[in-house]
Amino acid sequence: MFELGVPVDLFPRGIGHYLVGGLLIGLGTVIVYVGTGIHAGASTFLESTLSYGSSLSRFQQPRFVRSRDWRVVFTLGIVAGAFAFAIAAGEFAWTTAVDPWRLFLGGTLVGVGTRLGKGCTSGHGVCGVGSGSPVSILNVVVFVAVAVGVAHIAFALGVRP
Amino acid sequence: MSDGGASSTGAASDEIEDDGGPTAGADAPSGAGLVADHESHPLFLPLVFLGGAVFGVGLAVSQMARPEVVLAFLQFEDFGLLFVMGGASALVAVVSLALTRSGRSAPLTGRRFGRRLKAMDRNVVLGGGIFGVGWGLSGICPGAAYASLGIGNVVMGYGVAGMLVGAYLQGYLRARRADATTGVAAD
Repeated sequence: MFELGVPVDLFPRGIGHYLVGGLLIGLGTVIVYVGTGIHAGASTFLESTLSYGSSLSRFQQPRFVRSRDWRVVFTLGIVAGAFAFAIAAGEFAWTTAVDPWRLFLGGTLVGVGTRLGKGCTSGHGVCGVGSGSPVSILNVVVFVAVAVGVAHIAFALGVRP
Repeated sequence: MSDGGASSTGAASDEIEDDGGPTAGADAPSGAGLVADHESHPLFLPLVFLGGAVFGVGLAVSQMARPEVVLAFLQFEDFGLLFVMGGASALVAVVSLALTRSGRSAPLTGRRFGRRLKAMDRNVVLGGGIFGVGWGLSGICPGAAYASLGIGNVVMGYGVAGMLVGAYLQGYLRARRADATTGVAAD
């Protein structure tokens, strides 16, 4: 019950479920890739889905319009897979204690940043890093470093959790 | 790198996808051909759904669908997320490098196996920085947010709504800038 500034245990919840979960995330990406040759990232869905309702030239690019249907299916798959596990594990309907304003503001910045930066944690972090792409490695280093800084500042200012 | 003389059809192994601007899709064959015409294969969408579902199970198992766990990583309280990112990218690295070297094409689309490469520009760093501020503030990223809805975390609706607003904002501003400089290619 000591309050220490430095974490004594780097992995207080163990590493098993983290590693298994990570391998499954990789496997999901690999399933799509092996069958289709497509590196599926999660954030392109945001723009390709906007192409259904917006006539902005940015969203009407062929690469968004042509891929928007399967990206909806991929996203529905993510929701369904997480749903199935949560039901099976008896964890369904867990809700976060993070304030809605942080989710919305943070989400808005994530929407801008991932689309401007050409990818997110899965596109750059999993597919790009897995491809040995220097551009993706740079992007990941930047977003992780900035996020660590912001999370520490927010914590110091008393923002919880 | 080894197969620079590949034919121009489809996506060659080391072709860099240029999505730097609104005109890129029209100018760059690699961008426009991102999804081959063969995606009408009857197994295409079922396979994409299966891949997404396994991906979603992974996000739920790893607890990355919970912003609290991501924030604990970013605040140096629990470094487990290193195994999530590391495990996922290591598996993708093995498969993607092996298939890229094989020179084969994907069975359902006829698309050549390749690496995921994007063109380098300032936006890679600027966008990564903006994403980092959002991730650090909220602990959410796109895939994990979709999965979070799946585990019944309805509050995440605010996060996904924010992402769509953000994606729209940057698209609106970039489309306006592009319209102001019509005819000028992005790169």
